[in-house]
Amino acid sequence: MIEQEFDAIVVGAGMSGNAAAYTMASQGLTVLQLERGEYPGSKNVQGAIMYADMLEQIIPDFRDDAPLERHLVEQRFWVMDDTSHTGMQYRSDDFNEAKPNRYTIIRAQFDKWFSRKVRQAGATVLCETTVTELVRSASGKVIGVRTDRAGGPIYADVVVLAEGVNGLLGTRAGLRKMPKPESVALAVKEMHFLPDEVIEQRFGLQGDEGCVIEAAGTISRSMAGLAFLYTNKESISLGIGCLVSDFAQTMESPYVLLDNFKNHPSIRPLIAGSEVKEYSAHLIPEGGYKAIPQLFGDGWVAVGDAAQLNNAIHREGSNLAMTSGRIAGEAIIEIKGRNQPMIRRNLALYKTMLDKSFVVKDLMKYKDMPALIHTNSRNFFMTYPQLMSQAAQNFMRVDGTPKIEKEKATTAAFIKARSRWGLISDVVRLALAWR
Amino acid sequence: MTMAVTKLRVEEKLYQNRYLVDPGRPHIKVRPHERPSANLLALTHICPAKCYELNDKGQVETTSDGCMECGTCRVLCEANGEIVWNYPRGGFGVLFKFG
Repeated sequence: MIEQEFDAIVVGAGMSGNAAAYTMASQGLTVLQLERGEYPGSKNVQGAIMYADMLEQIIPDFRDDAPLERHLVEQRFWVMDDTSHTGMQYRSDDFNEAKPNRYTIIRAQFDKWFSRKVRQAGATVLCETTVTELVRSASGKVIGVRTDRAGGPIYADVVVLAEGVNGLLGTRAGLRKMPKPESVALAVKEMHFLPDEVIEQRFGLQGDEGCVIEAAGTISRSMAGLAFLYTNKESISLGIGCLVSDFAQTMESPYVLLDNFKNHPSIRPLIAGSEVKEYSAHLIPEGGYKAIPQLFGDGWVAVGDAAQLNNAIHREGSNLAMTSGRIAGEAIIEIKGRNQPMIRRNLALYKTMLDKSFVVKDLMKYKDMPALIHTNSRNFFMTYPQLMSQAAQNFMRVDGTPKIEKEKATTAAFIKARSRWGLISDVVRLALAWR
Repeated sequence: MTMAVTKLRVEEKLYQNRYLVDPGRPHIKVRPHERPSANLLALTHICPAKCYELNDKGQVETTSDGCMECGTCRVLCEANGEIVWNYPRGGFGVLFKFG
């Protein structure tokens, strides 16, 4: 198929793969990028929020032509029980800045744009090509890939595994283990289309302003999970995700959770009358720092979701993916510039650089959160949301009960549900994991 | 503004999606078994595309045509050999318009 030997082969055209391919190609390396989808983005699923700073470091003038939906001026966080939500809301006109910080995007469109930039930078991008195997030398160094296209293997000095959370290549080759069911969430999402003026009216937005709602509580039926609603220009991305281990234990159906979320009295009016045009599902790496696998070896590096680089606490994924892809690309460029071979010892530079970045520092900060949330999901996603709702309702309903009795009743409900010691212990453990 | 959202069955949700099915080449297979394990049985409920169903002998079968390639079944059931998982050939499978 392709006779040429490349400086680098990038497997996958998602956020991390595009960032790596762009970085390397724009510095003159010969790059081949392989994507199994019909077009870049056709296999990629995300919420999706895109963080400008991380993309700006790769393509500074991206705002000129990238397909961006809305820049976010408002964030709501809702704790839900079956009939109510207790919310925190932050909205600031400061986010209406010349270079906004966060945007909603639609991945299929965004990835096509990013891929066009990769091709313009000089990389060869081949779609509809599934990489089936890594090719190794007698000493075990990765020297290329085999694909499902006719023809022999394709060779390169280094292979960048940007194959996503469900990457088969790396696990099959024994470079990393399969993600554990308790360190990946299964999320399902629907795209709800509405006229832009209806979206603006319902969320109090003007022009390209956007709003995000993230919600936790009884909607995940005591599983560790999170639901979301993101406003795009003429559509709303709406979904819910929970840990795969919790799904396997409860045998809840993800599409039932999604429909219940859509029918929640706090959500239903926001999407009323919309036309659903797509239903998607995707795994999200949730294991954090402790789930990061080996990131480099002889002739290969792993980036993005394939390397479990996702900050579940802050719901940041694509920016860690883009940054890890960029850093891997920069490390490879530097090794190449020194005329050194792409072996484990030299590619360790990638990890050294990544450790110094926000990517690993942020994941390290929350290294104990995934285990805490996973082992206490019933308290965090069922008991506390119900208690919060009862407390708020008790406080707001005026019925002649003296306030002192209301306060006592609320305190008693918390103690009854979790015990004094349980409450203190939950607070302490949460504080320690957050620190 | 209070129009109820119609409750869709998952088959109707999948109907919104675009797929290019590779006839005769299913990318997921369930290994023959007498009784399904708890994880394999769970797939009949938790697969988001409802690709797994029980047959009348109580065994789990799969039809991967509506698969969204999320990998949930792989994470739960590949390691112990209950299913064989591959990606569809290049260009085939689900094709997200929005993603």
